[in-house]
Formats: sequence, structure tokens, C-alpha cells
Amino acid sequence: MAHKRREMLIDPLVDNNPITLQVLGICSALAVTSSLQVAFVMSIAVTFVTAFSSMFISMIRNQIPGSIRIIVQMVVIASLVILVDQMLKAFAFEISKTLSVFVGLIITNCIVMGRAEAFAMKNPPIDSFIDGVGNGLGYGLILMLVGVIRELFGSGSLFGVTILETVNNGGWYVPNGLLLLPPSAFFIIGLIIWAFRAWKPEQVEEREYKIQTVEAH
Amino acid sequence: MEAYLSLAVKAIFVENLALSFFLGMCTFIAVSKKISTAIGLGISVMIVQAITVPANNLILTHLLSPGALAWAGFPDVDLTFLGLISYIGVIAALVQILEMVLDKYFPPLYNALGVFLPLITVNCAILGGSLFMVERGYNFGESVTYGLSSGFGWALAITAMAGVREKLKYSDIPDGLQGLGITFITAGLMAMAFMSFSGVKL
Repeated sequence: MAHKRREMLIDPLVDNNPITLQVLGICSALAVTSSLQVAFVMSIAVTFVTAFSSMFISMIRNQIPGSIRIIVQMVVIASLVILVDQMLKAFAFEISKTLSVFVGLIITNCIVMGRAEAFAMKNPPIDSFIDGVGNGLGYGLILMLVGVIRELFGSGSLFGVTILETVNNGGWYVPNGLLLLPPSAFFIIGLIIWAFRAWKPEQVEEREYKIQTVEAH
Repeated sequence: MEAYLSLAVKAIFVENLALSFFLGMCTFIAVSKKISTAIGLGISVMIVQAITVPANNLILTHLLSPGALAWAGFPDVDLTFLGLISYIGVIAALVQILEMVLDKYFPPLYNALGVFLPLITVNCAILGGSLFMVERGYNFGESVTYGLSSGFGWALAITAMAGVREKLKYSDIPDGLQGLGITFITAGLMAMAFMSFSGVKL
């Protein structure tokens, strides 16, 4: 049992990552990664919401009538997100300003709904909680990876601490402005997916069309 | 009038929901394999967006914002913290109503768009549109314009993406990039193209 739970926690990190394999929750993953601090807060918020919503939904899974389950899940998730939003506004106002609408958008983050629907509706609360934490961490892992690349090479710092002294401040590093702009997030995630799939070839998708070489006569 | 036009151009091109705020990405990536389905989904998003953003605007100004309940005798009540849960409730309810209305009065349209409507409730672009409306403090007229044009911008982006992907499936792509990877990189290139609109002001 303990072994199975550990697997549930580790599995979503690489082997079954919510972003690179299940294609869930990409919306916010891209928008909040231009600085590492924001990405970090966002990862914690999503992990918190996923873990607790899974746990609560799993607790009441036998009482929810099938026809209105989506609305019930939505209400649980929305309440947790309001909690997170109010907490951020109270204790980290600056960050909550930068995150702007993306905290609210955790409600429609497919990871949360996806795990509630696919896992929490069929499993006991503690397992669901661990599954939620695992998936939140898998999401956070990609977010932090993208955040590190974008902040380090885009503005030469990590968590706001200067690592590469930029030219503007009399250093040597010329920051790559593109990395602070939205399109770079797409490229970086694309490349991360490529790297993951080069490492784990079983994740590669089937081709729709095979290119055939025709022998010349 | 000019202000509305400028808002519309900004919402369609410069601040495209899909390509510069990454909203609705899950469906954007998942449902962009064929042009016909992409257009169907795009139109549904546009309709829903054009209804929900003004509806949420009314809810915000008449029920939630501080002092809005003065007519009911509660001038000091501030319900803005209930915002998130009411917006998502309104969206879910409106999508359901729209589905029923289409089913009853416009069956051909329902057959074409019906499958996409349930997907739309959890589309971040819809909730995102409402949240941007709140954050930027749009009035009713502006929120009608914003809802319609941001929905149109999203539809434009997903249709263009589907067009690219229909051609892309015949090309020789490295194994690891197959499918999801190349789609992201294509979306990145499209986002760069859309960025060239920034600075356009009417």
C-alpha cells in the first residue's frame, strides 16, 4: 500500500505528467512563468487546490448524484480557489497583482477538474489527496522549469536575485528579451516535451501518415 | 464609437486570448486537428463569450460590487469575494440554457455545435474574458464589445491553427516532437506573428 502511494506521488512527475502527456492545464502554465517567484506561488496554489478538491470530492463521492456531479465539483473547486485568492490578497498582495486573473482561472484549470473526475470520484480520500499532490507537483515541475529558463536568460536573475549581471547594470550578459514575451513559453514547453519524449520514447505519439521512401528504378 | 472600435481591434489582435494570454489552450490544442471542427468550436466560443461577459458585468454591477445591494436595504455589503463562484455559475447555467434553446428552436445549429457546448463551460477563455472585464472595469457597452471581439479573436486563432495543422500532418517531424511538441512550437510562431499587431491603435 505504501509502495503504491509513493508511486501515485511520483508517477505524475515524469511518466504521466499532466502537462506534457495528458495535455491538461496548459493555459496558466504558460502565462505565469516569466518570473520564477510567480511560477512558484502558482505551483503551490494549484497543488493546494488539486489536493484538497480531490480529497473533499472523494469524501462526498458516494453522496453526489451523477447528473449534477460537475456542478458539485465546480462549487468545491471554486470555494477552494476563492480561499487561495483571498489568502494571496492578504499576505502576498504584489504577487496576487502579477497573477491577476490567473488565480481565478485555477477553477477552469483542467488538471483540477480532470483529477476530480478521473480519480477522486472512484477512490478513497487519502489516495485522492496524494494523487492531487502528485499531479500538482507534476504541473509545478514544468512551471518551475519554464520559469527558470525564462527568468535566468530573459532577465539574468532567479527569484529576483541577479545571477548573470546584465549589460544595463554594467555586467556582461545581454538578456534575451524574447524570453520575457508570451511566444517563448510555447517554444520552451515544446522543447521540454521533445526532451521528455527523447528520454522516454514510449511517450512518442503515432504518426498519422508514414513517409515512405520509393526505390528508384 | 471610436473607443469601442479600438477596444475591439485590441481584443481581437493585440491581446488575443489564445495567443497572448494562453487562455483556452487545452481545447485550443485538442480540437484544432480539423478546420471544420475548429470553426464550430470557434463560433460556439464566440456566442457564449458574447453572452456571458455582459451577463457577468450586470451581476457584478447590480449584485456584487460594494453598495450594489443598496436597493435591498444593504448599502454596506460588499460581495465581491463571491465573484469567482458566481461567474462560473453564470457561465455554466448560460451554456446549459443556450444548449436547450438551440436544441428546441434551431436544431441544425444544435447538431453542428452541440458537442462543443459542454466543453465550453471549462474553457478558460470564457472565465478569463469575464475576469478581465472585472479587472479592467469595463462598463456594459464595453463588455458587450469585449465579449464579442475577444471571442472572435479566439475563433480566428483556433481556425488558423487548424489550417496549419491540417498541412502539418504530412510533414516529416522528429519523433519526439510528433503531435503535441510541434503544435506548441507552431502556436509560438503564430503568437509571434500576432505580436506584430501590438502598437496598432485606431
